Amino acid sequence: MSENRINNNEQLALDDGRRVKVLSPGMMVFKRFIRNKLAIAGIIILTFMFVFSFLGGVISPYRQDQVFYKTDSANKEYASAVVNTEYRFFTPDGAQLSTLVRANFSRVVKDVGEDDVAFEADGASWNVHRLGEDFYAIGTAKELGSVTMLGKIVDVKAKPGEEISDTVKDAALKAVQGGSLQFEVDGQSFMLTKGKAKSYTLGTMSEAGIASLLNFNAFGGEDDALVSGYGFRRAAELALRAGEQTFEADGEAYRLDSDADNSAVIYRAGSDEAMASVSNVIVSPMTTGATLEMDYKAAVAEAITQKQMAFEYVNAAGETEKHTIRMRGNNYIIYTEQQTYLIDMYAAPSMAHPLGTDDHGMDVLTRLMYGGRISLMVGFVVMLLENLIGIIIGGISGYFGGWVDTLLMRFVDLFNSIPYYPMMIIAGAIMDAFEVPPYTRIFLLMAIMGIMGWTGVARVVRGQILSLREQDFMVATEATGVRVSRRIFRHLVPNVMPLLIVQATMGLGSIILTEATLSFLGLGIKYPLASWGSIINAASNIYVMTNFWYIWIPAGVLIVLTVLGFNFVGDGLRDAFDPKMKR
Amino acid sequence: MWKFIVRRTALALVIIFLGAFIIYGVMRCMPTSFVESLARQRAAASSTTGGKSYQQWLAELNEAYHMNDDVITGYFNWLGGVLKGDFGESWKYGIPVVEKFNQVIWYSVVLNIITLILEVVICIPLGIQAARHQYSGFDYGITVFAMLCISLPTFFLATVLKYIFAVRLNWFDLYGIVGRYHEQLSASGKIWDMVQHMVLPTLTLTMLNVGGLTRYTRTNMLEVLNADYIRTARAKGLSERVVINRHAFRNTLIPLVSYMSYLVPSLFSGSMITETLYQIPGIGYISYDAMVAGDLPFTMFYAVFGLLLTQVSLMLADIMYAVVDPRVRVN
Repeated sequence: MSENRINNNEQLALDDGRRVKVLSPGMMVFKRFIRNKLAIAGIIILTFMFVFSFLGGVISPYRQDQVFYKTDSANKEYASAVVNTEYRFFTPDGAQLSTLVRANFSRVVKDVGEDDVAFEADGASWNVHRLGEDFYAIGTAKELGSVTMLGKIVDVKAKPGEEISDTVKDAALKAVQGGSLQFEVDGQSFMLTKGKAKSYTLGTMSEAGIASLLNFNAFGGEDDALVSGYGFRRAAELALRAGEQTFEADGEAYRLDSDADNSAVIYRAGSDEAMASVSNVIVSPMTTGATLEMDYKAAVAEAITQKQMAFEYVNAAGETEKHTIRMRGNNYIIYTEQQTYLIDMYAAPSMAHPLGTDDHGMDVLTRLMYGGRISLMVGFVVMLLENLIGIIIGGISGYFGGWVDTLLMRFVDLFNSIPYYPMMIIAGAIMDAFEVPPYTRIFLLMAIMGIMGWTGVARVVRGQILSLREQDFMVATEATGVRVSRRIFRHLVPNVMPLLIVQATMGLGSIILTEATLSFLGLGIKYPLASWGSIINAASNIYVMTNFWYIWIPAGVLIVLTVLGFNFVGDGLRDAFDPKMKR
Repeated sequence: MWKFIVRRTALALVIIFLGAFIIYGVMRCMPTSFVESLARQRAAASSTTGGKSYQQWLAELNEAYHMNDDVITGYFNWLGGVLKGDFGESWKYGIPVVEKFNQVIWYSVVLNIITLILEVVICIPLGIQAARHQYSGFDYGITVFAMLCISLPTFFLATVLKYIFAVRLNWFDLYGIVGRYHEQLSASGKIWDMVQHMVLPTLTLTMLNVGGLTRYTRTNMLEVLNADYIRTARAKGLSERVVINRHAFRNTLIPLVSYMSYLVPSLFSGSMITETLYQIPGIGYISYDAMVAGDLPFTMFYAVFGLLLTQVSLMLADIMYAVVDPRVRVN
């Protein structure tokens, strides 16, 4: 359109300056830049990275240090059970059975059948009397006299100093004739012990305690004492052995609901609420400190006595739990599917966590976003810091020259020769030792990296200024008396800027690489903050590297792409600023 | 020329002196020093038998390791030893520093020489070809590839290579310079075993360095190809092969030789990150371990060695530049 207008209004000569569209230098650089495909690719990559890091963190539904949990069911050992083979002893209040007596009892108990067995212990003679299956009374025996049988005549003689009443004598006669060795008179039990030939010793037994293999468990703690009391045990077990439905102990009536195998549930008379359970199975929890519910113990005992290897149990919350029983030696181990609340470590990628979760149970994608912020921020701040120091020192050195230049450049040489990684390792160790908080650590890290990295900028600036200083336009500024500050900032700096911009862009990439390397070595950014380098650090654990690629590969790809983007853009800028190479 | 060398050497000595002092000072500032951790270990070991306490051990060990001297005295004591050729005994490894250095340095040198040869063989042809066909698809491919190599973080590249070749394909071991059954192997088997363990580190280092040299070759070749004498050579009607090989390539060598003479001293400096990642017991990995443990004599030796290498390579680069290009006057 404009060309048409020009053509219509006036004729232009072939060499008329207006025929040429004049672009400003900046515009020319821009045009050259956008013609470079790689530079445009770099711009697109970088735009994506900035959006990903700075907007991503805002959009992401999670915080960077949010830990995720999961519930998992595992077949865990829950309880162990054992069929009781140890006798438990119960004595009336005040009485006690000595260890010797108990040991002797255990020794002889297998011989006790219809007949009583006697043993000597603690200077007394003891008698074991069978009350039922695995249920015995232990008592001290006292000799009263002897019974001799001569054909049909039975003679009962009292020991000197003892008296035997006629009723006892009659009872003893009947017992001997009936072939029985025990009898009771008025609640007092008497025994006959076989002696020589056809003679018996007559004695009484005063019961000192009972022994049983059964295990009583009270529902609710308040009945514990009652249930393990002598009177209650004796009455309950006798009733159980006799198959009776009720019994009485200490003046109270109880109801008994018995199964086969001597397991039973005891109720108070007139109540439907179970009071205690009876069984020969002892159930104890696997974890110390845990308690098992009585219902549960009863369920386990029932399953074991019925030889079931699995059972279901309705717990207090009304949920049905599945339990399985396995034998281990003489013990039964009860396994159950337990719901446990765990940190969701190394979760595989899913809709909720597109890149899974890391070893702290944090969302990897979210951490990548926040990590990108830190990586990019560190890159920019360090770059600015390096340039600030470098421009000042390089500028002074180049502009003034002479001994200032020599001194400053030797200083730069010295600084340059300090090995980088050893310094950073030591700095990291010092920060570790002082337990610098994560945020402060970032700032310190940026400061150290900036201080360690400015020498390159200083050299470039000095070199440029040295060569520019000698050029004609600088001589002209001096001749026309331009102020020093104006000469520096108006004439020198703009000429150095293009090269600095290129250097800074390329430098950004290498700063990000360095920060990532430091973080990877554990010297840089620390938990709970993240940077891309520290995320890849997880891969130094072989287990993570081998099994969870989704934790560390994306972070590495992001680093490579970002650095590549900066390098493309820097390269493009250099070509655009310096078209000499573009021939 | 000689004047330059003398002046440069004097400057290098000053820089080494000051640089070593800075490293020494920083090492002494390290919060958990080697002596402290040793004292802690000894105290823990002797606590059951009623031995010395941590404080007693610390005082004794500080005395033994000359840690009671202030930094300046300590530095000059160390320097005095060094001037007599005594770098001391490594605290961590328990043998003289120089002996340990001799044990480990050759791993690094071999690794770096192989890498350098591979680099030259790969980069120079690639760079020249890319420059000859500027803006072709091949050129773009080379540029992107070189940029990609420059942009790769060492640790990520090493981890990816390990993941692919050691974990997935199971071709190589993850770590170390020798395999598990190294001692049972025959002499040639032992060498083959070590070669196998060197493959991944070499690949890593080569990939990391390929980008820089390729781009450098390409840039210089482009510059030469745009020079007037190349145009003249073409105008004379020389064949393209002669133009490239005789006229262009030889002139490209000037900056390349200077660049590579700069690399020669770095053959000895090892590559801390790569060696550490693959646990190759070269100078880089060994001194990383020494540094982390706070082993003062070894770290100082490594630092001075590094300073020396840097200075030598800078000087060498200057001199080589003058040697290959007579137009340059070093003064």
